Amino acid sequence: MNGIHDMGGMHGFGKVEPQADEPVFHAPWEGRVLALRRALGAWRKWNIDAGRHSIETLPPADYVRMSYYEKWFASAIKLALGAGLISQREFETGRRDPAAPVMMPPLTADKVMPAILKGGPTQRETAARPRFSAGQSVCAREINVPGHTRLPRYVRGRRGTIERDHGAHVFPDSNAKLEGENPQYLYTVRFAARELWGEGANPADAVYLDLWEEYLDGA
Amino acid sequence: MASDHDHDHDNTLSETVLRVKALETLLVEKGLVDPAALDAMVDAYENKIGPRNGARVVVRAWTDPAYKARLLEDATAAIAEFGYSGAQGEHMVVVENTPTVHNLVVCTLCSCYPWPVLGLPPVWYKSSAYRSRAVIDPRGVLRDFGLAVPDEVAMRVWDSTAEIRYLVLPEQPAGTAGLGTGALEALVTRDTMIGTAKVRAP
Repeated sequence: MNGIHDMGGMHGFGKVEPQADEPVFHAPWEGRVLALRRALGAWRKWNIDAGRHSIETLPPADYVRMSYYEKWFASAIKLALGAGLISQREFETGRRDPAAPVMMPPLTADKVMPAILKGGPTQRETAARPRFSAGQSVCAREINVPGHTRLPRYVRGRRGTIERDHGAHVFPDSNAKLEGENPQYLYTVRFAARELWGEGANPADAVYLDLWEEYLDGA
Repeated sequence: MASDHDHDHDNTLSETVLRVKALETLLVEKGLVDPAALDAMVDAYENKIGPRNGARVVVRAWTDPAYKARLLEDATAAIAEFGYSGAQGEHMVVVENTPTVHNLVVCTLCSCYPWPVLGLPPVWYKSSAYRSRAVIDPRGVLRDFGLAVPDEVAMRVWDSTAEIRYLVLPEQPAGTAGLGTGALEALVTRDTMIGTAKVRAP
């Protein structure tokens, strides 16, 4: 979707302001939100792409105003309600519906570190052969996908060069809709800064993106 | 004295604290989450997984040419030699700074970041300012960090649009070859592995 989250190349957000000796969490609730969202994810009712899309579809003004963990919290509620893990009434009252069964959490304390260390690899075996190879010229497609996509606006219609083939990876556009992994080749593509931003850019500079085959045409 | 604005902010914050607590209570009551698992998750990212992991990888690459070759060839496997793997670092690539190339990592679409080696991202990395500007004005962003990259040095910006996560291998500063591993690791800050700083000699 052409959302507010797709902010590469935008102006007006001001200077970057690093904070010295920043803590991992600025308040305990931030850590609880991180942990809650990941513990809910262990129910496997959604996936990482659907999770990202739930954040992208927050109202644009809220998206810009909210902190990272406020967005994660809003997303956790949306996902839990959408998947039926909690009902609207339970969310509003804060109490379990007496008719709802008490479940057994899939993520227990002993499983946390193994789950972190395992993660969720996205590379998949495929019988297909890659359409592109390193050194080849490509053009990012001018497409406007209304759902989740990982093709930023700032490279659409721009020419680049295949830098590296990463093998087949889960395709986020379909995975976010829970319509299947549709694994396809993923490539690192190099775009010259001048191709993206015009003659004012340094001729030595480049931006590299990881783009799926369906985002690319030969050029 | 706090201004009215600060009072408003505090009230919003305390409301968030209460709402998070209320959701956690409901989820625990329903058996959807285990509170001990939440504690373990917070502990993992507060105390076990952070930029010290990445610093160990960097210093090993500086001091062991065979390891550096493995790291640049297959970063996921080379980093896993330390036991660092998994969530948000399933597929790693290491990019090397040299006298002619400076690398910078960003995620314009969300805030993807290599958790197993750097831990959770700082606020500035997740900010709209960084995400919007890093790709169009990387040299200006680096000036915000007090770092001037000469025009003849090529800037390579890595926008983490897929599940590949990037770690910058910074240059070892001159005159530090005699330092021990621990002293070298202390020089390698989080920002040097994102690309917003250079490693400084002590």
